[in-house]
Amino acid sequence: MLLNISTIVFAASITLFCWSCYGRFRLLLLGRPENRFNDVGKRIRGMIYYAFGQRCTVSHGYRFGWNHLVLFWSFMILLIANTEFLLEGLFPDFISFSLLPVSVYHPLAVLIEIASVLALLAVCIAMIRRLAFPPSYIEARSRDAFIILGLIALLMVAFFGLHASEIAQGSEEAASYMPISKFIASTVFSYVPSENMGGYISAFWWLHAIVLLGFLNYLPYSKHMHILTGIPNVFFRSLVKVNTQPREEFKKGNSFGVGKIDQFTWKGLIDSYSCTECGRCSDNCPATATGKLLNPRLVIHDIKVNLLKNGPLIAKKKDMVLPLIGGGEGSVSDEVLWACTTCGACMEVCPVFIEHVPRIVDMRRNLVEMNAKVPDELVSMFENMEQRSNPWGIVPGDRAKWAAEADVKPFETGKTEYLFYVGCFGAFDARSRKVSVAISRILNAAGISWGILGKDELCCGDSMRRLGNEFVFDRMALENIRIFKEKGITKIITECPHCYNTLKNDYRQYGLELEVIHHTEFISNMIKAGKLKLNAKDSGNVVFHDSCYLGRYNGIYDAPRNVIASVTGHAPIEMERRNDRSFCCGAGGGRMWMEENTGKRINVERVEEALKKDPGTICVCCPYCLTMFEDGLKAKKADARVQVLDLAEMVSGALK
Amino acid sequence: MLIVTCIKQVPDTTQVRVDPVTGTLIREGVPFIINPYDTHALEEGLRLKEKYGFRVAVISMGPPNTEITLKKAIALGADEAVLLSDRAFGGADTLATSQVLSEAIRRLGQKEEVAIVICGRQTIDGDTAQVGPGIATRLGYSQLTLVDRIESVDLKAKKIRVRRRLEGRHEIVEAKLPAMIAVVKEINSLRYPTVPMRLMAEDSKATLWDNKIMGLNENTIGLKGSATQVRKIFSPQRTSGEIIGDGIKDPKEASRLLIERLIEKRALSI
Repeated sequence: MLLNISTIVFAASITLFCWSCYGRFRLLLLGRPENRFNDVGKRIRGMIYYAFGQRCTVSHGYRFGWNHLVLFWSFMILLIANTEFLLEGLFPDFISFSLLPVSVYHPLAVLIEIASVLALLAVCIAMIRRLAFPPSYIEARSRDAFIILGLIALLMVAFFGLHASEIAQGSEEAASYMPISKFIASTVFSYVPSENMGGYISAFWWLHAIVLLGFLNYLPYSKHMHILTGIPNVFFRSLVKVNTQPREEFKKGNSFGVGKIDQFTWKGLIDSYSCTECGRCSDNCPATATGKLLNPRLVIHDIKVNLLKNGPLIAKKKDMVLPLIGGGEGSVSDEVLWACTTCGACMEVCPVFIEHVPRIVDMRRNLVEMNAKVPDELVSMFENMEQRSNPWGIVPGDRAKWAAEADVKPFETGKTEYLFYVGCFGAFDARSRKVSVAISRILNAAGISWGILGKDELCCGDSMRRLGNEFVFDRMALENIRIFKEKGITKIITECPHCYNTLKNDYRQYGLELEVIHHTEFISNMIKAGKLKLNAKDSGNVVFHDSCYLGRYNGIYDAPRNVIASVTGHAPIEMERRNDRSFCCGAGGGRMWMEENTGKRINVERVEEALKKDPGTICVCCPYCLTMFEDGLKAKKADARVQVLDLAEMVSGALK
Repeated sequence: MLIVTCIKQVPDTTQVRVDPVTGTLIREGVPFIINPYDTHALEEGLRLKEKYGFRVAVISMGPPNTEITLKKAIALGADEAVLLSDRAFGGADTLATSQVLSEAIRRLGQKEEVAIVICGRQTIDGDTAQVGPGIATRLGYSQLTLVDRIESVDLKAKKIRVRRRLEGRHEIVEAKLPAMIAVVKEINSLRYPTVPMRLMAEDSKATLWDNKIMGLNENTIGLKGSATQVRKIFSPQRTSGEIIGDGIKDPKEASRLLIERLIEKRALSI
């Protein structure tokens, strides 16, 4: 009778679980199509490395990732044990480990015992961490977390209780392979006569059953959904760096950007299911760190809430009740969307490869392209870009003015090898023009054939794309590509990492493969090849700042450091946050053109970090960073004692 | 009820140079833009449309390529665009221009009652600020210039109340409709067109009215109808002033020299 009831309970619970999972899965199908099934071999390898190897949880110095690794692998082993438990519950007379040959059963029993102890320990550590020293970047003491941790702990207790009581009864023939259960049997249950153990066994069995079934059915409704979707999400990750945005087709009748939940691709939706709420994205986000409304974790959370709320209505073709863009839980506010610098720190540290930045830009696109809901300061900037192809609206004829101070030739088709693509800052901004002059000196010293487009150069459109103005970006890209093709330009050296990324990665979507080199790489290569002779001299404390679009976006970390070493004779001084965890200057993603009224200024935060290293010089590789650091130093009244130099200026000053 | 906004396509004057030899404007390669003041006129028309439910017509006199500018107005939300283009309209001064524009407004008014005509305060190429008042005079409309806020429009009483931005003070004025208002830039901040509207506008066409349709006396329009004749255009030579130091190469030294000079001239004292 007991088993009959259990069969019914098991069958009902498992059906409910499957139904819940199906309900969640069905909502994913509302998303737009996207191919994430290419290169399956690479995807599987990545899944093994990042998910099963837990490379992603123990990375970036997150020490508690090791606790997750232990819990993950304990779970993997316990998955076998609990599958057996569930199947045994359903078909009590046919399935049991004890039916396995002894040579398999006994080692398995030992393994499961060890896994259970480790899981219990890991859960206790997780609880203690949340209670005693909760990390600032997550809602460590959420009800969700304690329910799940409690359930796991209880499951382990029931497991040991069940086995110990079976051993005490004498009905477990593999008792000697269950050292911990055996120990409990011989201590806790030593006073209970073996004929009375039956009650304990069924009590623990039921406890185990109820907790397991409860856990199973709680999963799809909690953040622990990631147990189900995390591994698939790693499989479906982007195989290349997420450094670009998808193109849009500008046809009448199309909708642009994402303003409704079903306008995301299915990958955008499964991302939201996979969030473990570990908070690493928030921990690394420059906007979150400086008190902006944006918290990348909550953006993903809001997408999930919105999907769960609107998804079933869309499936029934009813009106949606919760706007995706607006504010409040399940809705992302305009202010949040505009706060993003697209620095990519969130994506870099996400253990399940969630793509936050493209989601944010998708929604910006909706604001700009469908609703024209644009902060005032951007309206004039957009107009300037469209009419004069630079953000300030300066007369295009002035683009070549900087060249009067340097030895520069125009690019000549068929004769010139490299185009030096100066960019808007390098051409117009008084400070950055000095960098352009420095680069031209270096190019001349390296003895290569190079030239500029002068007043015919146009803006690459990076800011427009990141700000969600894809329509104008598209036109700017097409126009630039036309010019490059017409002039036979195939090799480009850029001054700005944003131009670099756009010409290299964004324009590739238009079928244009250019050899794009950032001046940092170029200088490094030339020094290595012996074509640039430098007088290495100690220049005091040089602190180096990684530009997001060079580092995280394109993996260039060593080149600038090697160059600094060549110029000064020793490696640069590193800030605490560096390389792939570098902290944005605050200007990316079009933030350069927007007011920063909320919280602390991002550039001030970064400058304070640099000042801790007592620098004489802060070396950067990007005109945005250059501006932001100089402004930040002025704000800290440190501009008299600390100078900001572009790498090219350091090199130019050391040329023999 | 109709609002008519008058816009002009102008050469981007910051990019125009005067040929020192011939004394004419070098227009080659200079992009055309909507006269910046007129963009605010259009914006105000669109705001009144949203608030009171007017229809907005936008008219412009100019060469055929002015249609690009009119399409931009449609992308922003204008309901109708009329291009007034004819060789006979060419070379017009403000007198002749206001003649053509007011005739066009009269024609529009035959289909639908015109409540308000909105112009920018002036153009950046001519800078006369006369066309708006010219239209008001010719049509007998109330004339409200330098408007920086529309306080209210009362369609029943046919009244409009606006704020005028004068030197050092504001003036609230009430006038009868129909009225011509010429707006300053401060009246509003501009909107940005949505992509669907842009795509729609790209396929749209402005209605073309030439002088066959307009039927104006050739002696009142274009060069013939103009009371002013341009004799010469030139950049005035600077008679005084000097550049001190090199502000780009060495801004610190330049400012030091500048301060020194100002002290010398007793403009500053220590």
